[in-house]
Amino acid sequence: MPALPLDEAGKYVAGAYIVFLTLILIYVDIMAAKLQRIERELGELAEIAEQKRSGEQSESEAEEKAPSHV
Amino acid sequence: MYSKGLRTLSIATVVTTVAALSLVAFYAPLDADQGFIQKIFYLHVPLAIVALIGFVVGGIYGILHLRTGRREFDARSYVAIHLSVIFGVAVLVTGSIWAKASWGHWWVWDEPTLVSFLIVFLMYATYYPFRYAIEDPERQARYASVFAITAGAFVPLNFMAVRLAQSLVHPRVFAATTGGLPNSMLLTFLVSLLAMALIWTTLVKFELTAKSASGKLSRLRRALDPDDEMPSPAPSIAPRLS
Repeated sequence: MPALPLDEAGKYVAGAYIVFLTLILIYVDIMAAKLQRIERELGELAEIAEQKRSGEQSESEAEEKAPSHV
Repeated sequence: MYSKGLRTLSIATVVTTVAALSLVAFYAPLDADQGFIQKIFYLHVPLAIVALIGFVVGGIYGILHLRTGRREFDARSYVAIHLSVIFGVAVLVTGSIWAKASWGHWWVWDEPTLVSFLIVFLMYATYYPFRYAIEDPERQARYASVFAITAGAFVPLNFMAVRLAQSLVHPRVFAATTGGLPNSMLLTFLVSLLAMALIWTTLVKFELTAKSASGKLSRLRRALDPDDEMPSPAPSIAPRLS
């Protein structure tokens, strides 16, 4: 086949590069969704850790305030 | 630590990719035979080479997994194959576009290079249902490694078989005896190949880092709240990194 003229060949070349770019962008989008999930879970764990710490603090304060019977 | 050096690698990938695209657009001369359409070569061929090498890398990690028993190598093998399958999709689509523009057909069944790549791609497409079919994570990892090694060994054999089959249709641009590429095209091709290899490596590292972070989060959750009844994880084909 003879070489395609530039205006026609340009569409094919652009199409090929756009396909690759689209695949990469879809992959990056999936990775971003994973990252969001990890961030959300990390937030939940930080809350659990803070609740535990405040619970332990209030327990130790209560022990200090309690009168000793010795 | 999968994220070690990820920032430097990402910057190198972006710089090399921009350099490759600039060379393709402004430096590489137009092919005397195919004209502008030959610019797909700088995308399609590096994609194919990196995808095939990625399959072999998956096999090498499979060997390491079977030798050491470390789940980390199974994860690396899985991610290498996973990324190579995605690159394989891009190879088939860009190849079809090039074929349509050059030969007037989207696909040519009597061309060994095309058909052999399709066979390799379809073989690796069965990797996912194969993993999914095995529930026990240990067995899944072991069998997947055997698959990765066997299929990985098939890739270079397949490549050699295709090179031996003397085709008149698919161009042989790296033939040692018949000239090959001019220097400007060769430089552009090599930079494109490097860029593609860096993109693959960066994405592999990102995926492994995400998997590692996910595994560490699960450990942290168990450590913080051991009484909490965690829902049992859904059966997964992706290996879990703890």
